[in-house]
Amino acid sequence: MSTDYTADEMMSIAAARALGDGMSCFVGIGLPSKAANLARRAHAPNLTLIYESGCLGAKPSHLPLSIGDGELADTADAVVSVPEVFNYWLQPGRIDVGFLGAAQLDKFGNINTTVIGSDYHDPKVRLPGAGGAPEIAASCGEVFIVLRQSPRAFVEKVDFVTSFGHGTGKGDREKLGLPGKGPTLVVTDLGLMRPDPETAELTLTELHPGVELDQAVKATGWTLKVADDLKVTPAPTEQELTVLRELEKA
Amino acid sequence: MAELLSLEEAVGRLVHDGDTVALEGFTHLIPVAAGQEIIRQGRRGLTLVRMTPDIVYDQLIGAGCASKLVFSWGGNPGVGSLHRFRDAVQHDWPVPLEIEEHSHAGMANRYVAGASGLPFAVLRGYTGTDLPAQTETIRPITCPFTGERLTAVPALNPDVTIVHAQRADRSGNVQMWGITGVQKEAVLAAKRSIVTVEEIVDELEPRPGAVVLPAWVVSAVAEVPGGAKPSYAAGYYERDNSAYQAWDEIGRDREEFTKWLNELKGVKA
Repeated sequence: MSTDYTADEMMSIAAARALGDGMSCFVGIGLPSKAANLARRAHAPNLTLIYESGCLGAKPSHLPLSIGDGELADTADAVVSVPEVFNYWLQPGRIDVGFLGAAQLDKFGNINTTVIGSDYHDPKVRLPGAGGAPEIAASCGEVFIVLRQSPRAFVEKVDFVTSFGHGTGKGDREKLGLPGKGPTLVVTDLGLMRPDPETAELTLTELHPGVELDQAVKATGWTLKVADDLKVTPAPTEQELTVLRELEKA
Repeated sequence: MAELLSLEEAVGRLVHDGDTVALEGFTHLIPVAAGQEIIRQGRRGLTLVRMTPDIVYDQLIGAGCASKLVFSWGGNPGVGSLHRFRDAVQHDWPVPLEIEEHSHAGMANRYVAGASGLPFAVLRGYTGTDLPAQTETIRPITCPFTGERLTAVPALNPDVTIVHAQRADRSGNVQMWGITGVQKEAVLAAKRSIVTVEEIVDELEPRPGAVVLPAWVVSAVAEVPGGAKPSYAAGYYERDNSAYQAWDEIGRDREEFTKWLNELKGVKA
């Protein structure tokens, strides 16, 4: 079996594996969309993909560049308006998983896609903003996050909470009355993190094959906690790699 | 009742300096040609409203047409940042840009309230985020029936909303299909509206799932084939992804952008 794959491919495949057949998934663009489409092709043919453009049950044959590509509408079970997708489908908690990216992520899974820098009115970097993410993070049954690991992206505390994860720790979501479980999984190019059941702090639970623990620690901007039973992610199978590469090529 | 006008006439008559203007279209059917006509006519001091200010608003902002932006996601979809928007927010270039920032759910509901003739909308949104601290138009509200804490956002009622659609008939009834985003709400919420269309036909053939805007809620219809390019119009042309990628290069650099702008306005170098 071929063992030749990139860290990005491992990340997409690990993220795809988290999506089970029959789930419904609210898909963010970029890495989440790639992973969700891979899952539907590889092992979860009955995964329902929902895009904020109003496409419910999209089945694209190639990766869309935007969340509103024609392919998404053409292959969808239904195309609804944008108010409807948020009000009728997302808000009541009908969707199992929200799949999001981030510019900055902190150790409690809070997401920043708004500004880098401490002054909102005079930011170091102005980012695109919230889009659908705050309500996706609040209302989906659980949230998966996928992004490449670096100390710039994985910070002790985000500069701006665009989408709420676990706040300052366990119990914050309940206090605010947020219906979903929040982030339950973070997939990176180095491994997987999950919130600690006691504290909700993101903890390294798996390393991808060939990645040293030290690499993951150095790529994290906080003192990364490591699970007692740290596991190694199974390497991509040939089938997974074939499907992913076909998807990227199409 | 909708009048059939040229785009130049429609923008000239209906979009004024200082207006609150919404150009809507969620990835699909973005009224790009109308945005560029606003640039050509040199409008100033606009409050631009749009859920996803993509390259059409990057162009308007870079051209100095806007003094304020009301939005929920300002990026180049699938490509990256909007550099003219960033330059305006970070460096006030070419003019300072005030921002009023929401989430998609918040913006969509603001249009719904506007279209419904209500002063505000209620949603379960923004909870725990830093947005309410920066945006005055996000306020907590208590449900009078259950006591649940929810969020209120005020109605959006633009002076003029501009959208692009596939077709209109000669009376100005408009038909659009595919991803229709928030366009119906944005038109109904507005005081005036302009719809650019791919073609004007004798009769609108009914289509399942199509959104129809009757002529009596539209101020002007202008036939502008290709008016949504480089976004797309289902049934007419596909999204030109390479143009979105190419915009990254143009928008990134003030000089490149200025060259582009002069070309648009027909200014000789």
